[in-house]
Amino acid sequence: MDEKLLAAIPHIGEISHRDVYAGAPAKHTATFQERSSRQNKVLPSLEDAIRATGLKDGMTISFHHHFRGGDHIVNQVVGKLAEMGFKNLTLAASSLAAVHAPLIEYIRQGVITHIETSGLRGELAEQVSRGLMDCPVVFRSHGGRAAAIRSGELHIDVAFLGAPSCDPYGNANGYSRDDDEAIACGSMGYARTDAKYADKVVILTNNLVRYPNAPWAIPEYDVDYIVVTDDIGDPKGIMSGATRYTKNPKELLIAQTAAQVIDAAGYLYDGFSMQMGSGGASLAAARFLRQMMLDKNIRCRFALGGITGQIAAMHEEGLIDRVLDVQSFDLDAALSLKKNRFHHQIGATYYASFLSAAAVDQLDFVILSALEIDTDFNVNVLTGSDGVIRGAIGGHPDTAAGASLSVVVAPLTRGRIPTIIDHVNTIVTPGAVVDVVVTDQGVAVNPRRPEVAEKLRKAGLRVYTIEQLRDKALALVGRPDPIRYLDRIVGVVMYRDNTVIDVIRQIEE
Amino acid sequence: MQLIKPAVAGTMESGDIMVTIEPRDSGGVTLELSSNVMQQFGRQIEEMIRKTLAELGVEHAAVHAVDKGALDCTVRARVSAAAFRSAESTDYTWKGAK
Amino acid sequence: MEKRYIKDRLRRSMMFVPGNNPGMISDARIYGADSIMFDLEDSVAYTEKDTARFLVHNALRTLDFGKKEIVVRINDLGSGLGIEDLEAIIPAGVHVVRLPKTDSAQDVIDCEKEIARIEAAHGIPVGATGMMAAIESANGVLSAPQIARASDRLIGIALGAEDYVTDLKTTRADGIELLFARSMILNAARAAGIAALDTVYSDVNNEEGFLAEVELIRKLGFDGKSVINPRQIQPLHRALMPSEKDLKKAYAVMEAYEDAVRRGSGVVSLNGKMIDKPVVVRAQRLIALAETDSRIEEE
Repeated sequence: MDEKLLAAIPHIGEISHRDVYAGAPAKHTATFQERSSRQNKVLPSLEDAIRATGLKDGMTISFHHHFRGGDHIVNQVVGKLAEMGFKNLTLAASSLAAVHAPLIEYIRQGVITHIETSGLRGELAEQVSRGLMDCPVVFRSHGGRAAAIRSGELHIDVAFLGAPSCDPYGNANGYSRDDDEAIACGSMGYARTDAKYADKVVILTNNLVRYPNAPWAIPEYDVDYIVVTDDIGDPKGIMSGATRYTKNPKELLIAQTAAQVIDAAGYLYDGFSMQMGSGGASLAAARFLRQMMLDKNIRCRFALGGITGQIAAMHEEGLIDRVLDVQSFDLDAALSLKKNRFHHQIGATYYASFLSAAAVDQLDFVILSALEIDTDFNVNVLTGSDGVIRGAIGGHPDTAAGASLSVVVAPLTRGRIPTIIDHVNTIVTPGAVVDVVVTDQGVAVNPRRPEVAEKLRKAGLRVYTIEQLRDKALALVGRPDPIRYLDRIVGVVMYRDNTVIDVIRQIEE
Repeated sequence: MQLIKPAVAGTMESGDIMVTIEPRDSGGVTLELSSNVMQQFGRQIEEMIRKTLAELGVEHAAVHAVDKGALDCTVRARVSAAAFRSAESTDYTWKGAK
Repeated sequence: MEKRYIKDRLRRSMMFVPGNNPGMISDARIYGADSIMFDLEDSVAYTEKDTARFLVHNALRTLDFGKKEIVVRINDLGSGLGIEDLEAIIPAGVHVVRLPKTDSAQDVIDCEKEIARIEAAHGIPVGATGMMAAIESANGVLSAPQIARASDRLIGIALGAEDYVTDLKTTRADGIELLFARSMILNAARAAGIAALDTVYSDVNNEEGFLAEVELIRKLGFDGKSVINPRQIQPLHRALMPSEKDLKKAYAVMEAYEDAVRRGSGVVSLNGKMIDKPVVVRAQRLIALAETDSRIEEE
């Protein structure tokens, strides 16, 4: 092959711009085992990795929340960044928990000047609600975040992703098929989006396993550097045994009603699809649905979303054909992901992005919790009745919009606080995608869905108007005085299409 | 009603209110209230405490209340019980339904 | 006179609610129990009798319990607490007073006298408040026929098993230990035309054992049972309700009966079989039970 022959190829300008073959690089002769200990992406320290990424002041760093309350990655990395003198960074986490209170200090120091997240809890949330940050925190749903990352609205410069297992080339996962002793977080679905779109990706692991770490959540080609650290998190906080079914009779009552509603509305048929949360009543509905499925001799084609041990058990029992797991809620779910071949790990884009045909669009029903619901069926899962941020959007608006029937479950009152009110403090999921509200004292159907209301009535369920439920709550507890806010905006809430749906204001002390 | 000694009624359980009443010779009713729903219901709880004491004829008392989301009827019940205990009285005056 | 209670109504479940627990009192109405029983007796510590009385008194005056039957279990009069209990709850609007530890007809008569006095003092029509008697001793069981007829106010008699088995020098077992008491109470209630209510099943986590006991009392003929946890209510109601099949058969029997009446025939027959009068009565009762149930769900 020579230049002349190359030039003779018709249309060569369209086919290739590369030159003629000039010989292959020298081949390796060492065993692959030897090579993987020499030529790999493992750097000696976090500091080395940070330098290698080329991170600069003003850039955006990202984290996942698969380690939940046990996460040590965020505090560790931001602590190191502070030590190295970085300023003015944007922290874009898939979510943040109470364990991330140390960020308050780094925010005060100017290391972090902006936050993007699905939720905030604990002291950090309290402080943000009291005006800690100059730039409002941006809250996105899981699907909205995935879409924003893909579209570039949320550009990640460097992703720091904790992984319970990783090989020297960067194949990383939330568990390892090489051993059963190590920490496991199950699915790493939310981290996959960051790994795919971030300019640089650093994996932090305490468990460097041999190549190839298959199956992987994150493939090696998405990973730039690896740091081995003793401490990625507290195993107990990352994951505890099984999420237990509630014994609270009120939650059981709500759960049972929710299951009856779904059945009566016609969405419990052979081959249906479903999603439910890990919260008391939402999770407990699984137990009543399971019994109905056995009675009717039907199966679920797939269960989606955050997966609990209860869903995994129904899968193993043969009641659920496929499990699509974006986040494993407990150790039983993580173990099922590891051992059951039809328990499948999915990423945030696949799960819920409005830019793709996402799995949420295939849902028959979803059961969701709520802090507040208003008479327009808007739902708040982000701020408490005192106006303080104390929750996370999660996949709430994504699944509500995608599912044919979105069922929101909540007690009518919590202590003296009414759940159904005239106006929610913060709109997270608009009433336009909420279909049924189930409380311990009655069911209300969105007037948009008269056919559902009719079916419920025919099945003998009493259907109230949402106003009747509100009045029942107020009759019991009295009308609360309104929360006092200042004008200053401390949070911006995005709908799943990344339009601004509401703002959160600073509370007045 | 003549208060004689410090007295307590109620618990710290969710949905309850723990009311402590101490006799005072003068100065009206002072109230120290803490509540997990202070913003939304603090005003109404205080009103109910003061109203209940007024109905019982308690003019001077130091009241300390820790509220865990009690309903009005619970507030009234706990304040009444604490007042009667404080007065070492069993001379209850049960009223009919409203 | 307008009575606060309905003598003959569905009483499948009577839910115990500790009288000194505000959270449980305000939630009591949501679980679908036919009757709610606020307890001033065993679930309230001796030192908290006063606070519980205030709490139940105010709850009865203020909270909306819908169409539920509201029962309060008072302390027995011999304890020195019972009369103050009555003073607190009768003006507040209790429907039915549950008298514990009823050993004789005289216990009922003594309690009724106090109720009447308090009713009169508050301008409530004398006789407006209902009563039920819990029988918890060998003496009480042997006096059941007299107890059941001791007052017009009685809506039913109930078995309280824990004290009773202690009195018998035995313990709770598979149910055989209560066979005599249950039979006695049931027959006494039926002879007096009032409800027969069974004791609680305390092992909340043993649904199988609970359902076995429910099946037993259903066969014996009890109207219902006391429950200590809301989780027991729906299984109890399901077990006591007529099945679809029985209900269909009952409707068929009634149709045949009405047909015979129209034809002026004394002989009722269904699918070629002759139907006796008691079969018709049972069918009527079954249908009434099922229809009352759906009415209650309507609220």
